[in-house]
Amino acid sequence: MSGFESELQAVADRVVEQAATGEQIEAFVARGGETEVRIYQGDVEHFVSAQSEGIGIRVIRDGRTGFAYAGTLDEDAIREVLAEARDNVQFGTVDEWAALAEPDGVAVTEQTLWNDELADYPTDRKIDLAKELEKLASGADPRVRVDDSNYADAYGESAVASTTGIRMSGRENGCYVSLSTLADEGDGDDAETQTGFGFSVGRSPDEFDLDRAAREAVDRATRLLGATQPASKRLTVVLDPYVTAQFIGVISSTLNGEAVVKGRSLFRDRIGETVASPLFTMVDDPTNPKAYTATDVDGEGLAARRNVLIEDGVLRQFVHNSYSARRAGTVSTGNATRGGFAGTPGVGCLALSLVPGTRTQEDLIADVDDGLLVQQMQGLHSGVNPISGDFSTGAAGLLISNGTVGAPVREITIASTLQRMLLDIVEIGGDLEWLPMRSAGMSLVIRDVTMSGS
Amino acid sequence: MRPAHLERRLDEVIDSDVLQRVLAGAVSGGAEFAEVYAEDKRSTSAGLDDGRIEQVSSGRDRGAGIRVVAGDTTGFAYTSDLSETGLTVAASAAAAAARQGGGGARTIALTPSAPHRPNTIERDPDSVAKALKVELLERMNEAARSFGPEIVQVSAGYGDSRKQVLVANTDGVLSNDEIVRTLLRVSAVADGDTGMQTGYQSMGHTVGFEIFDEVDVEELAREAARQAITKLRARPAPSGSMPVVIKHGTGGVLFHEACGHGLEADHIQKDASVYAGKVGQQVASPLVTLIDDGTMPGEWGTLGFDDEGHITQRNVLIEDGILTDYMWDYLRARKDSRPQSGNGRRQSYQHLPMVRMTNTFVLDGPDDPDDIISSTPNGVYVAKLGGGSVNTASGDFVFGMTEAYLIENGEITEPLRDGNLIGNGPKVLQDIDMLGNDFAMGSPGTCGKDGQGVPVGDGQPTLRVKSLTVGGTA
Repeated sequence: MSGFESELQAVADRVVEQAATGEQIEAFVARGGETEVRIYQGDVEHFVSAQSEGIGIRVIRDGRTGFAYAGTLDEDAIREVLAEARDNVQFGTVDEWAALAEPDGVAVTEQTLWNDELADYPTDRKIDLAKELEKLASGADPRVRVDDSNYADAYGESAVASTTGIRMSGRENGCYVSLSTLADEGDGDDAETQTGFGFSVGRSPDEFDLDRAAREAVDRATRLLGATQPASKRLTVVLDPYVTAQFIGVISSTLNGEAVVKGRSLFRDRIGETVASPLFTMVDDPTNPKAYTATDVDGEGLAARRNVLIEDGVLRQFVHNSYSARRAGTVSTGNATRGGFAGTPGVGCLALSLVPGTRTQEDLIADVDDGLLVQQMQGLHSGVNPISGDFSTGAAGLLISNGTVGAPVREITIASTLQRMLLDIVEIGGDLEWLPMRSAGMSLVIRDVTMSGS
Repeated sequence: MRPAHLERRLDEVIDSDVLQRVLAGAVSGGAEFAEVYAEDKRSTSAGLDDGRIEQVSSGRDRGAGIRVVAGDTTGFAYTSDLSETGLTVAASAAAAAARQGGGGARTIALTPSAPHRPNTIERDPDSVAKALKVELLERMNEAARSFGPEIVQVSAGYGDSRKQVLVANTDGVLSNDEIVRTLLRVSAVADGDTGMQTGYQSMGHTVGFEIFDEVDVEELAREAARQAITKLRARPAPSGSMPVVIKHGTGGVLFHEACGHGLEADHIQKDASVYAGKVGQQVASPLVTLIDDGTMPGEWGTLGFDDEGHITQRNVLIEDGILTDYMWDYLRARKDSRPQSGNGRRQSYQHLPMVRMTNTFVLDGPDDPDDIISSTPNGVYVAKLGGGSVNTASGDFVFGMTEAYLIENGEITEPLRDGNLIGNGPKVLQDIDMLGNDFAMGSPGTCGKDGQGVPVGDGQPTLRVKSLTVGGTA
């Protein structure tokens, strides 16, 4: 794509050429590198600079699958990986749907994923960026200390080839700055410390907004100072964009085609039915260049594409890779995910967003009589069960009373079920923001949620 | 299949002369410390889902990470090339990253550490036929499904690995370790009128395949099925603060989150922990004695040497409620001019080491576990905890309950749906008012910190916290 063909393509091709009759082979080859700078009190605390590479090979024969990988591209190692993957085939159970992806004719939407300027960016300036960020946050508020300030960049290059005719390579790079802050207040037994974070991401360092990253890290740490634990009650929550992005991510796991075909999705029989508020339209669109996780192809080498999952509250479709699609009697939606050369493709959303509303967070809050502005969620991985739908997460934020934000609160949980929360969405903010994760964020108002406290 | 005994050991691939030259080169620019951490890891995993063995996977990860410390700056680089050239290139990159001026030649004399092998491996998993590994999964699938007609889905996973580690540094340390891990997990989904519910069980040890002579894998699967089916009649968890009793061998994550992370010296030195400056003070109920011990035979967090080549040991962190010490790695110990505690760990050769827990647990207390329940008029009994997380600076932590019951009039009654519990570490430690005499280690865990995951163990007797916030809806 973009005229770029990785030299890794030849490595993948050579493996696939070795396929025997009746054998499907897929080779995924990747190489990447990273730079990471951490600044503490004006000095470099650590500087990491490294490269890695590896290969993963999947073999399917007579409906049985085997896989192996190695974190090296030595010729000997590649030979061993192919032999191991072949050896592993015999232990798989015959699965009539097991097969590799096949080219589906969907055109690739070109993306600019590589930035030469970043590739050539001088090391000293990377260090300076992290130092500058630390300085901006340190001077902003006397209560605030900087725990660490970081610059990081990474590049990756990969190629996939298969006996079914997939042949695709590409490369991308990106960078970010981030910082963690601590805010202190009080002495002795009343001493209290709260934490904050800020970040800015880009295809090149020119896109960073250091001022905003520092300001957000300072705000996040200081706004919870003096927070207390409120009494339990039911109320309306307004989720900050960053929190909404995490919430949407959880919702998306219930629309995963693999969970659907294996009977693990609570929405498995609900296509065409109303599952959310009519205000709610959720789209997975990795072809949107504004998305942090924008991409041109998925983990199996098929074109990434725009999929509307829930439209005006009605469940329209699930996301699939080629295996889950075959089992569901449909076609891949281009949603194969791949964590690297060490694993086989899974299924997942690539770049989620909601169709935003029109109003600002302030306007949304003005309509809430008794509520909570949720600025942090803690423990999404431990308190949310996407199979049963039970939702319970630690939270911190500001109480809302008669349309105005008031006292900070912490050591609380908010709870409901995913099914109810989707139907209880009252409004979606117009403050859409692309974040460094698989989902965009915007303010989201959900009524009738239980806040547990004292 | 490769015969394991014919494979070259890591200390034969990289000999000590090469290490001495690479280390000397790394500090030739004037840096005061350099370290080579090399690993060679073979792993096998197998997954069963929806009644099928989906695939067996084999993996090989091999490489070295080189760290150079100059003043307060650490430079780090890694490579998958274990030749002298590969190591030298990485060492130059790490040294350049530490950017030290000056110069000077140093001779590095490495002294091999005596072997320290807390674990005994009787059957190297590498020598066990893959068919036997796959069979464990099939047995678990069968056992879970035949437990009850409500079970509609089962997935199970097997994993083993054998990791050789070699660490050498400019202080003369040269240690070799080999860590074998064996892991099994099973999850079941039950379906009923109230929707679907899940159950999960796992076991993991730093021993070989002989573990399956002792572990009843069918029982593990039936237990997961039982949890899922029990929860079909669960009601919503209560909301608000109340006494919480936690079953033995399931609540170690409470201490891992409530205070373990806060006792890691990197947080302490940056004054980013609620426990900073509190050695010698009463930080917990006098019932509590908290240990971190990397030497417990067979446990998930056990190592012969930590990932900086320092021998692992048993560290008392809290004794009778009084904070006695923090956990230390090389850098933090050096800064405070004190000995390391064997808690320098890293996910792989591609990661910098930092202060981490190993096996963290609370020793037995005086109470009969039945008395703890019967003396609790109303509250929640947690029989299985999920994961958790903590903010070390504020001390606020959460953890999930994946099997819990109401306690009414001193008796365990109805099952509850999943939810999170939230508390503040220092307050919860003081609020432990009953501690059982039925200590048990828990399930294998993976602890995440700064983007790195390492295997950890935990354990505790049955205990009661007099007030914790339960995050339900009822």
